[in-house]
Amino acid sequence: MSAIAPANPLDPRRSFQGLILTLQQFWAAQGCVVLQPYDMEVGAGTFHPATTLRSLGPKRWNAAYVQPSRRPTDGRYGENPNRFQHYYQFQVILKPSPANLQQLYLDSLTAIGIDPLVHDIRFVEDDWQSPTLGAWGLGWECWCDGMEVSQFTYFQQVAGQECNPVSGELTYGLERLAMYLQGVDNGYELNFNGREGDEKVTYGDVFHQAEEEYSRHNFEYADTEMLKRHFEDAEAECKSLLAQGAAAAGEDARHKCVLPAYDQCIKASHRFNLLDARGVISVTERQSYILKVRELAKACGEAWVQTADGGAA
Amino acid sequence: MPDLLVELFSEEIPARMQGRAADDLRSLVTGALVEAGLTYEGAKAFATPRRLALTVHGLTSRSPDQSEERKGPRVGSPEKALEGFLRGAGLSSVAEARIVSDPKKGDFYVADISRPGRPAEEIIAEVIPAVVRTFPWPKSMRWGSGALRWIRPLHTILCTFGPETEEPEVVAFEVDGIRSGNTTRGHRFLAPDAFTVRRFEDYVSSLEKAKVILDPARRRDVILHDARDLAFASGLELVEDDDLLDEVAGLVEWPVVLMGRFEESFLAIPPEVIRATIRANQKCFVLRDPATGKLANRFLLVSNIAASDGGRTIVAGNERVIRARLSDAKFFYEQDLAVTLDERLPKLDKITFHEKLGTQSARVERIAALATEIAPLVGADPALAARAARLAKADLVTGMVGEFPELQGLMGRYYAAAHGEDPAVAAAIEEHYKPQGPGDRVPAAPVSIAVALADKLDTLTGFWAIDEKPTGSKDPYALRRAALGVIRIVLENGLRIRFAGAIATAATLPADVAADLLAFFHDRLKVQLREQGARHDLVDAVLADARDGDGAGAGDLLLVTRRVEALGAFLGSEDGRSLLAGYRRAANILKAEEKKDGRSYESAVPDRHLLDETGENAEKVLAAVLDAAIGHAVAHVAREDFAGAMATLAETRPAIDAFFDQVLVNADDPAIRLNRLALLARIRAACHTVADFSRIAG
Repeated sequence: MSAIAPANPLDPRRSFQGLILTLQQFWAAQGCVVLQPYDMEVGAGTFHPATTLRSLGPKRWNAAYVQPSRRPTDGRYGENPNRFQHYYQFQVILKPSPANLQQLYLDSLTAIGIDPLVHDIRFVEDDWQSPTLGAWGLGWECWCDGMEVSQFTYFQQVAGQECNPVSGELTYGLERLAMYLQGVDNGYELNFNGREGDEKVTYGDVFHQAEEEYSRHNFEYADTEMLKRHFEDAEAECKSLLAQGAAAAGEDARHKCVLPAYDQCIKASHRFNLLDARGVISVTERQSYILKVRELAKACGEAWVQTADGGAA
Repeated sequence: MPDLLVELFSEEIPARMQGRAADDLRSLVTGALVEAGLTYEGAKAFATPRRLALTVHGLTSRSPDQSEERKGPRVGSPEKALEGFLRGAGLSSVAEARIVSDPKKGDFYVADISRPGRPAEEIIAEVIPAVVRTFPWPKSMRWGSGALRWIRPLHTILCTFGPETEEPEVVAFEVDGIRSGNTTRGHRFLAPDAFTVRRFEDYVSSLEKAKVILDPARRRDVILHDARDLAFASGLELVEDDDLLDEVAGLVEWPVVLMGRFEESFLAIPPEVIRATIRANQKCFVLRDPATGKLANRFLLVSNIAASDGGRTIVAGNERVIRARLSDAKFFYEQDLAVTLDERLPKLDKITFHEKLGTQSARVERIAALATEIAPLVGADPALAARAARLAKADLVTGMVGEFPELQGLMGRYYAAAHGEDPAVAAAIEEHYKPQGPGDRVPAAPVSIAVALADKLDTLTGFWAIDEKPTGSKDPYALRRAALGVIRIVLENGLRIRFAGAIATAATLPADVAADLLAFFHDRLKVQLREQGARHDLVDAVLADARDGDGAGAGDLLLVTRRVEALGAFLGSEDGRSLLAGYRRAANILKAEEKKDGRSYESAVPDRHLLDETGENAEKVLAAVLDAAIGHAVAHVAREDFAGAMATLAETRPAIDAFFDQVLVNADDPAIRLNRLALLARIRAACHTVADFSRIAG
């Protein structure tokens, strides 16, 4: 599609960062707050408290952000052109979901250079659920010419809480989208900065070594005893913070310490993912870990709706 | 008479739910209209990815007036009773009721309630919102700030009603902020603007102009014909796939079939893998060369748009994705080939088959042992059966089966063949899962049969042992399918296996559990035989008989089936019907007399001496004939010659008829009566040598 490469290095069809900037511009123009990535290791953009917690309670909330996401088991030592243990998601959360959300999404595709009169864009059933977050929703995988480029979900429940109003969540898989836009088959060959010749920086220049090193870490080196300990610590700390925040509620009956507790929930979740990648968790243990993280997420959700931002009266 | 048109326009409805939703819409709306007193001539419902539509034609414009006379309490009844009557009848005072005098009951109140008919519009305006609010989607959701549930956000409701000759009107109502109207939209990209609709006829044609084919059957036809034509134009043939066709027809409003290609080198991957990859992930069709029957390096995709560049970009995009998918598949395939199935076996140690039934390794060991036992019974080499059983589950830990679980068995076959396993072993690895359903092939090769039976019996005995049996509609481990699989393998291959023995070999089950499992086989056998047209009661008759005695006969499913067939043929003949009549006469008399006397004549033996002395001729003949017939029938049954046994029984018919014609069973002399009842018991016993005739119906 990019037979004649556009001259602008920030054209979304020419650079990875151009794609991100265009999406940010687009959603900023819709009134979203454009946030920066959450400063913790998460498995998906949904874990960012701007989605998990902010999707709960009655308050309006429109946000967009890039979230680096880590899936330790997806590491391939930099050898697979499509699979990385660290990748970027572009996440949009709109509460309440506007009536024209599908149209907004399609407009965003047009903005990054996907003309719906030339491409075959489809909404294919995909029910989303996150066992660790105690969350589920209905929606679609969005296909462009047979390729899944986004997830589109109407949240029904998050952290064990019913969503009311309902948030609409859009998740763009940035690497895959960029590969399509740039016409590249190997993710590491993506043009990151849109320059050519000596000035060109590829995705591989930025991330290839990291993929190799983290694959070693995830599959071979990480200290599993330490990870188990850290999981338990995070679990205990999350509960302790929630208990203290609840005890301090006072006259306004508001919970006083949810966000720091939720950080511990995120931490526990990622430790579990690492343990899983190290292959030291049996099938039954796996279920029990997932259950533990879900309990933490639920407790955080319950506490969140007792805070001001969570909409407590 | 007027027509009703309803359209529920929403965001994309999952393909697999559309057909059912259209049916539900039609039956729920027409049901409620009829319930409210309207009638109609016909109704049809349709679904596309974005809309459910319903047309009801020839709908009456009013429901009929109705009047009812309601009897009330007696004049002068307590205040409470009167109040209740007035409230129930909708009267404001007792003055509005009539007083009727009855000579016996005295004076009482009667209310004349008349319910005037209602205009159809009013009824529709109640029915549609109620159906929308309670629609039985398998899964539904809320959106925005609303409380309404639908499969995905519902945007507009179109509802018009009116006679053919007049301009139809919008039936006004509101559901959760959505006001009914008379507009809809066409194709999301090709004709996104709203337009006005009057009735079904212009609705369909306007949609078509707006690049939407309303009828899923037509979309299906368009796809199928275009696909065949495109294939033909390239000298190829479409590999038809009804399920995929249905699904794809539910993913598009304006189907446009396009052809793409992939590198020929991918054809080195097994064709099933190529097809699974292209079908499951991309929902595309594959093509074959009609001359060789081999897959071609082409595929057909169904897009939802007539693109402005003729589809070039869409094809290029799909080709990229399919290339990537096939590269993955090729990578998995090559990776898998690099490791023998033997080398994979230790991994099965780490996979739990079922919490209470141990690992896959343990399961494989059990299956191998059982397959070895079964092998000689089905003419298979025990060593080959054991080998095949041992390797049968190894492909579960290959990359390819991890990616496409539906290729289990088949991949094992490819890998086994590639590593030089005996062809019978390779085939058994694939076929031991068969038959998967009623339409699936039954394995016929001895080694395959041995492993297939061992696999299924191990599953059944295992789950029976831990009391995880199917209940009602719940059968999470597909145990009914497994039992039916066993039955089909046995019957279609003409196998003689005693199941009581096989079950005992498979697992040491307590006797009652083993008997319960055998009864489960019998239930499945009944279902199977009934589907093949056998009479349910005949199966019961044979099973009841076979279960008596040592019960071993009931464990031989083939024997049971042959007996049912013989019995069916026999009862279809004049001799059979007449013998049955004689049996019934004898059994009925016995039943009545046994009840009267409070004892059973089951084992009563006619007194020869008495018979010779006092017996009438017909009686003597019958006794002699029965003795001979029972002896012969038992011998025939022992040789499994059921037709012969029944022919022997048929020979007793004239003697039985003559007996009933000439002899009075209830003789005055108690000794003679007893002797005759004993003779009747012999008739019953004779028939029971082949089947429990008491279970034969009609």
